[in-house]
Amino acid sequence: MKFSDFVAADAVRSHVHAATKEGVIREMAQSLVDAGKIAAGDLEGIVKAIMKREDLGSTGIGRGVAVPHTKHPSVNKLVGTVAVSQQGIDFQSLDGEPVQLFFLLVSPPDRPGDHLRALENISRQLRDDSFCRLLKAAKEPVDIQHLLEEADSHGVVS
Amino acid sequence: MNAESPESVRDAAGGLQQEETVSREVVVVNAAGLHARPADLLAREARKWQSRIAFVNDSQRADGKSILELLTLAAEAGTRLVVEATGPDAREALDAIGSLFESRFNEHENDQES
Repeated sequence: MKFSDFVAADAVRSHVHAATKEGVIREMAQSLVDAGKIAAGDLEGIVKAIMKREDLGSTGIGRGVAVPHTKHPSVNKLVGTVAVSQQGIDFQSLDGEPVQLFFLLVSPPDRPGDHLRALENISRQLRDDSFCRLLKAAKEPVDIQHLLEEADSHGVVS
Repeated sequence: MNAESPESVRDAAGGLQQEETVSREVVVVNAAGLHARPADLLAREARKWQSRIAFVNDSQRADGKSILELLTLAAEAGTRLVVEATGPDAREALDAIGSLFESRFNEHENDQES
């Protein structure tokens, strides 16, 4: 799976304003509403479901990266977005590092395979240190979009 | 069940050096597969042990102490993996990891969350 298969380019953000876990999740979900990927009426439900999932264990996977996510019946295909926090946010990650890079995913309840393949793509690309570093250094959303496109075209496609 | 490699060697005094590698097969049985929460559980368990721990499938090898690497396996329900542990507490580590798979990572099929 490629980034372009699930990342809504219009919802990508290079400077999230929020300073808390819930704040950044809300800001990213709102960006998906603004991009027309989820309905405004579903925003609260999706934010709550993602926070409930975080309560089970942080999705901070190390290296300053988190993948907050949930299943939600309002979507019929996997949708997601990417955001960068310049300051970094405490996310209770396994390695204790603050999180700067966020991949938020909302998937249909009946498609666990797509969710796994999106996680696989994200984690495989992030093993590339320069990709990780360049994403965190993005100045504009378009920088992130270009990096994702580059990863899609040059990365190992599965 | 556990396969033992011939890597264990005796030092000059005849004592067994603590570098044994043991391995076993595990199966991903929970419906959602090896997603973020099981990867987190497994990496946290793996980090409790001194031994190096690796998960191996047909095409790749993942460091068991790294969530990122575990997620690159994209192991769906039904996937068979080989777990290898190398070090002084390899057997105990392998047992602990195996138990997590057997308990389906404490997930139940009608769980709402992934």
